[in-house]
Amino acid sequence: MKTLLRHLLPYKKEAILAPSFKLLEACFDLLVPLVVAWMIDCGLAQGDASIIWRALAILVGLSVAGLAMAGAAQYFAAKAATRFAAAIRRALFAKIGRLSFAQLDRYGADSLATRMTSDAAQTQTAVNLLLRLFLRSPIIVLGATIMALVVSPRGAFIFIVALPALATAVFSILFLSLPLYTRQREALDDVSLSTTENLVGARVLRAFNMEPRETRRFNALASRLLAIQERAGLVAGLMNPITYLMANLAIVALLASGAAQVNIGTSTQGETIALLNYMSQILVELVKLANLLFQVNKGAACAKRVAEILNLPDGMTEGDAELCATREAGAVAVEFEGASASYGASAGLALESVSFRARIGETIGVIGGTGSGKTTLVNLIARFYDASCGVVRVFGRDVREYRLASLRAGVGVVPQKAELFSGTIESNLRWGDPQASESELYAALETAQARDFVDAKPEKLSTVLEQGGRNLSGGQRQRLTIARALVKDAPILILDDSCSALDYATDARLREALAKTKSRRATFIVAQRAASVLDADQILVLDEGRLVGKGRHEELLRDCPTYREIYESQFSEDATSKVEEARR
Amino acid sequence: MKLDKKEKRDLQIKTLKRTFRYLRGYRLQLVGALVSATVATLATLYAPRVIGRAVDRMIGPGEVDFVGLRADCLALATCAFVAGVAQFVMTRLNNRVAFGVARDIRVDAFRRLQKLPLGYLDGKPYGETSSRIVTDADLFSDGLLTGFSQFFTGIVAIVGVLCFMASLSLPITFVVVALTPLSLVAAWFISKKSFVYFHRQSSLRGEETGYVMEATSGARTLQAFDRGEASSREFEEIDERLTRVSLLAVFFSSLTNPATRFVNSLVYAGVGVCGGLAVLHGTLSVGNLTTFLSYADQYTKPFNEISGVLTELQNSLACGARLFELIDAEEETPDAVDAASPERFVGGVEFDRVTFSYRPDRPLIENFSLKARPGAKIAIVGPTGCGKTTLVNLLMRFYDAQGGAIRLDGFETRRLTRASLRRGFGMVLQETWLRAGTVRENIAMDREDISDAELRQIARACHLDAFISRLPHGFDTRVTPNGGEFSQGERQLLCIARVMARRPDLLILDEATSSIDTRTELKIQDAFNRLMAGRTSFVVAHRLSTIRNADVILAMKDGKIVEQGTHEELLAAKGFYYQLYMSQFPSTNA
Repeated sequence: MKTLLRHLLPYKKEAILAPSFKLLEACFDLLVPLVVAWMIDCGLAQGDASIIWRALAILVGLSVAGLAMAGAAQYFAAKAATRFAAAIRRALFAKIGRLSFAQLDRYGADSLATRMTSDAAQTQTAVNLLLRLFLRSPIIVLGATIMALVVSPRGAFIFIVALPALATAVFSILFLSLPLYTRQREALDDVSLSTTENLVGARVLRAFNMEPRETRRFNALASRLLAIQERAGLVAGLMNPITYLMANLAIVALLASGAAQVNIGTSTQGETIALLNYMSQILVELVKLANLLFQVNKGAACAKRVAEILNLPDGMTEGDAELCATREAGAVAVEFEGASASYGASAGLALESVSFRARIGETIGVIGGTGSGKTTLVNLIARFYDASCGVVRVFGRDVREYRLASLRAGVGVVPQKAELFSGTIESNLRWGDPQASESELYAALETAQARDFVDAKPEKLSTVLEQGGRNLSGGQRQRLTIARALVKDAPILILDDSCSALDYATDARLREALAKTKSRRATFIVAQRAASVLDADQILVLDEGRLVGKGRHEELLRDCPTYREIYESQFSEDATSKVEEARR
Repeated sequence: MKLDKKEKRDLQIKTLKRTFRYLRGYRLQLVGALVSATVATLATLYAPRVIGRAVDRMIGPGEVDFVGLRADCLALATCAFVAGVAQFVMTRLNNRVAFGVARDIRVDAFRRLQKLPLGYLDGKPYGETSSRIVTDADLFSDGLLTGFSQFFTGIVAIVGVLCFMASLSLPITFVVVALTPLSLVAAWFISKKSFVYFHRQSSLRGEETGYVMEATSGARTLQAFDRGEASSREFEEIDERLTRVSLLAVFFSSLTNPATRFVNSLVYAGVGVCGGLAVLHGTLSVGNLTTFLSYADQYTKPFNEISGVLTELQNSLACGARLFELIDAEEETPDAVDAASPERFVGGVEFDRVTFSYRPDRPLIENFSLKARPGAKIAIVGPTGCGKTTLVNLLMRFYDAQGGAIRLDGFETRRLTRASLRRGFGMVLQETWLRAGTVRENIAMDREDISDAELRQIARACHLDAFISRLPHGFDTRVTPNGGEFSQGERQLLCIARVMARRPDLLILDEATSSIDTRTELKIQDAFNRLMAGRTSFVVAHRLSTIRNADVILAMKDGKIVEQGTHEELLAAKGFYYQLYMSQFPSTNA
């Protein structure tokens, strides 16, 4: 919670003013029964009409003042709450930008997005209510009791009995119903899961003729939800009747004791009425308070989910060295020395003691089956993850010594999943280099085999991309992400299985185009297809995280059984001979 | 979808009519709820009268009517008790109806879901359909019923208060009624203002959510390009606009309570003064004045509630309309009454001049014919979008052909029950969908009585035994929705096992291995071969190495078969298939 409260600090003026104004309003409210008592006891008893008019003036004055106070309080509360929520959202957004990939994996995009949107909104509502009511309700309850004590010390002992009894009833019902609501939400989640399954898995479920079974199952889930809803409703439904009954019993007691005192002259009719009024004010405020706690409890759960992210340790500590890249042919750009990696302590090693060197001008192919550690390997280069042991060096220095931004400026990455962002084609390409000239953009598009389709668009580079670039096909998206990395013209380029959506011919043309400028950089090509890495200067073969082969195609075909298996699984014998023929 | 006013009205009336049908089963509860609501409201209103009377019995020292007071106290306690019980009964019955109707509607919607054509389900985002069943059902019944009960008790309360007041003093009642419009105007002004801002808030919130979704799902790319600060700036720009509008929306909507309290206190003051003057003139007792004052306190509340109810009712009717749209959506054509339902199939399949398209303006498959002998292995290849998967959809009758006929063992598939047709097929898709449940449930599917011995045997045949023995609870290990904790290959093996458990007569493999790497595929291939042995099989693939030993290869393009033959024949023909095949080997092409 401390993490979140910090974001309220800049608005502490509002956060203090709001309840203060509320407090004033509450005081005005508390005066009303006194004025009425005064009117009855002085005005009516003595037959003085002027007192009645004065009472009217005071009452109207009190309500105008109350309205003004309340308006100010609502404004400051709204301001503090909305600004607080905005600060939380922005902090979250910035924090997500600093999360390590491991942390991003753990939470997932959907869950992070929910925390930024609906959880932040619920927190806002809770803060708003809290600022408005947390002083008002207790003050009125307390104030009413004190006023009652002032008005008639003898009658007030009823308050001292009734108040704790009422409070106990309200809060025990509240705490009884909270866990039921949690269970209700869980039951609703089950209903939701079953529905989603029957949509996503409709083909499979129908193929297995599961419809009758699924319907029975759903009916059971829906009925269970109903039962829990009814039980929760039952407990919550006790709140009003019980408090109402208790308050009225207290009123009976007030009437009885009031009558006895009026009879012996120690109290007046007006005072008794004032006590009755205070009792009803207390009842109203206690129920409000219970409601508030209910809301705040809901908000607290959301706030906890928000704070969980904000409290995450920053993914990585960065160094302060600046990357000094060289384009000199043969310079060692990347070096792995016994590097291992794992995703979490309980998971096995995703990469096990890998060593190799990559030089400027080289093309390095990385090949292996799904889950063999190819992506893990290249992710260590730009320090998206940290090696659990061993060292990864870029241009001679441990990656952990660099400033992250400086290191990543030296690495161009084309991720597996082609992610584009809303904007235009041009704005996406310029991520690599905001200053790039138009001809540089076109050169990158050409190399990425994307020029044709961009030229075919009426708006060319200014073509608007929808969220995630979903108005393009998968292959087009992928080629644009390649172009985006090329615009960056970094000394290290990583294509992480980026050609899977391209057909074989386009893939071949792309590699050919890349080869023309290969002397400027070290190029990593991660692939499942052996065809994509055949011509690499060095091929790294991975199997279950271990580097089982390193060398050129011919050497590996001869010495590395895993490589041979991969190759043969993709090229049937006759085709193999044709390929070999063509290569000769 | 923009509706004009009349259409909207018609839709609301139609929705209301449908709602009444659901309420029919709850007639008793509804009547009970209305009666108890009336009792509760009247008893609550009667209590201040008793209190007023009691106050009048204590005028001053020595002037206290203790006998009457005792009767009043007893009456007040009784009144409070009756009001409390009635309130409780009302809530209970209301809940029973509201939650019950939600359940009933949900169950109906789900049952309909099972009978809707896949075209309907595929036609909209799954999230939208499921939120109808999950969220809309609650919003609808809850909104409608709490709305209705608030409306009802509000009316009873207003009428009751006016009657009680009028019985005490007509002139003061008149003052109260005269002040009523104040409260209405205030409520109207506030709700109008806050509606405008809430509307703008929700559209800005949508914009922000879109940006957030993009940034969270693309977080890795953003980091790779060091876009953290740039995108934070963009986000803050959107967020600033949202926050400004939010402030106004929250502020205006939170004015409702103070404004009501203000109007209330004006009424209170008015009543206090008029009542006070009346007491002076001797036309009203002090006790009755207190009664009046507490009525004045309660009088404006129902007005507010009623004005809130109208929006709530409209919202819930909109939710209801969405639900009924789902419940009323047209079902698949039902099985013919005389449909055959054979237990087993030999496996002869024939497409006879079949025509089909998803959209009338985009013809896909036209006059498609194909004959497969029992036990044959038919491979279907071709570029994306050529209609390969559509053939699978038609075979399984996920969609019905618009022209021509598909026959299985000579039966036209439309003359078979869907259940028996689908029982005949085993289907493995590219999407490896697993359900939330145990591994056992995922393999057994409809065969709940499958024995452990058979499960183990299937697992062995699918190369799953080692995998399952590594799981913490073996076959009883729970699978999370979609089986995210398993690798793609493991999920696919489970999908194969579940088809094997079924022992189908025919087999469909639709891109079943395209998301698995080729070495793993080789390992699974063995499981596939076992599965295909002796069964008519349809294999859709884009990786051509997997289908070389098919009896017939159909090369499809734009919904038509352009070539047909064995691998060797088609290669020799040097046509479309040859090109497809050779495009896998760039070096020979380049």
